[in-house]
Amino acid sequence: MKDFLFVYRNDYKNQPTGSPEELQAVTKRWMDWVGGIAAQNKLSSPGNRLTSDGKVVRPNNVVTDGPYTEIKELIGGYSIVKVETMEEAVELAKGCPVFEFGGNVEVREINPM
Amino acid sequence: MEQKELIPHLFRTEFSKITAVLAKLFGFEHIEIAEDIASDTFLLASETWGLKGLPDNPAAWLYTVAKNKARDYLRRNKLFSEKITTELQYSNTELHEIEIDLSDNNIIDSQLQMMFAICQPSIPAEAQIGLSLRILCGFGIEEIANAFLSNKETINKRLLRAKTKLREDNVKIAFPPNSEIDKRLENVLTTLYLLFNEGYYSVSQNTSVRKDLCVEAMRLCYLLTINEATNKPTVNAMMALMCFHASRFDARINADGEQVLYPDQDTSLWDVELIERGKYFLNNAATGNQLTKYHIEAGIAWWHTHHEDSTEKWESILQLYNRLLTIEYSPMAALNRTYALAKANGKPAAIAEAEKLKLEDSHLYYSLLGFLYTELDNKKAIRHLKTALKLAKSETNKATIEKTIQKINS
Repeated sequence: MKDFLFVYRNDYKNQPTGSPEELQAVTKRWMDWVGGIAAQNKLSSPGNRLTSDGKVVRPNNVVTDGPYTEIKELIGGYSIVKVETMEEAVELAKGCPVFEFGGNVEVREINPM
Repeated sequence: MEQKELIPHLFRTEFSKITAVLAKLFGFEHIEIAEDIASDTFLLASETWGLKGLPDNPAAWLYTVAKNKARDYLRRNKLFSEKITTELQYSNTELHEIEIDLSDNNIIDSQLQMMFAICQPSIPAEAQIGLSLRILCGFGIEEIANAFLSNKETINKRLLRAKTKLREDNVKIAFPPNSEIDKRLENVLTTLYLLFNEGYYSVSQNTSVRKDLCVEAMRLCYLLTINEATNKPTVNAMMALMCFHASRFDARINADGEQVLYPDQDTSLWDVELIERGKYFLNNAATGNQLTKYHIEAGIAWWHTHHEDSTEKWESILQLYNRLLTIEYSPMAALNRTYALAKANGKPAAIAEAEKLKLEDSHLYYSLLGFLYTELDNKKAIRHLKTALKLAKSETNKATIEKTIQKINS
């Protein structure tokens, strides 16, 4: 078994901003999706969501606010799955709710140090 | 007649108390001596009471005899008693002054400490359960063999091996230090949970044996809740979980000893009092900042005590299973989650998820697929149920599956 990182990217403008019911429905989609991976015993870590604000630290102590709301592909969260091959990991990523909001999933094999 | 029923009952409860107290006094390495003295006491009781009738206070009678037998043993075995008295730092004390404390408090303390001694991950789970049944619940070897569908020799060997291992590991009958209590409690709870499940989902056909196992697991868990050091939120969550499950014990087996599936149960048979007890413990569990798998399972079990088949109920159960699975995977939780998914999101969505589970050696998996395809594609449903029938081992399970097939066909 190998661990693969799922990085969820999304256009910030496409984030759901609707009623509490709509937001709850989105949360449910994610919970059901992650639960589905866990039910196949393929979840290594459910990971986390990331807030949309942040800083970027560059050489020479240059710190900038992340102008993240401008970025088309903002990292919104991550999970770690455990499967045998990249193909399986890709297959798992196919049902991700992020696609409904024009986002994507980057699948990366974790190479333990 | 009355006496015949009383003695096995007394044997179980009092045997476990006497053994725990004596073993605590002698040390785990001499646990067999404690068991022998307790057994001798009951041998004498059954002989004497058979001739003279029951004493006024049978428990007190047993304690007096057990104390005398323990003192006799120490007197006859100078070497042993010297070792014990030295360990107890009673070296200057006369033997008869060794106190054998059979007060309620010391009994409970000794049993709790014994629980920590037995529930060690260094011995296999089935040995932990076996030892618990023998030492903490006073079950006879034959009763344990019945519960495990095994024979006396196998059980005897299993318990002997486990005791030897615990002796080698120098296990003490004592409360763990405060810093270790949470970790050690985890082991105890795992064993109690397995003991309960052994009764609740057991392959054994014998309903009374199964019920006994559940009751004993609950009794031991209850002991943990009445002790301040062990009365933790997790323990209360476990207690709630057991109460909620046990509330359906009578509803899930019909008069012919056949299994009745959850949706077919007569809800008037659910034990309202146990559900209330469960809620009390669930309330106590909702303190602290730890959300354990037992909390989540207690929540799932609580929702199952609701009669109405509402969307809210199944959506809540689904989300709790989602969380439970991210904490710890188990095939059982994966199957139950898919059932909840069908109830909350509809059967087609659940079929897509079920087919990814690939639990192809489990009859429960094919029973679930059978349920999901029922009405959508009855041919497929029956094909899955027939596979389930081939995989099912117990007669009870086979009968349940056959009934389901008949229902679809008619």
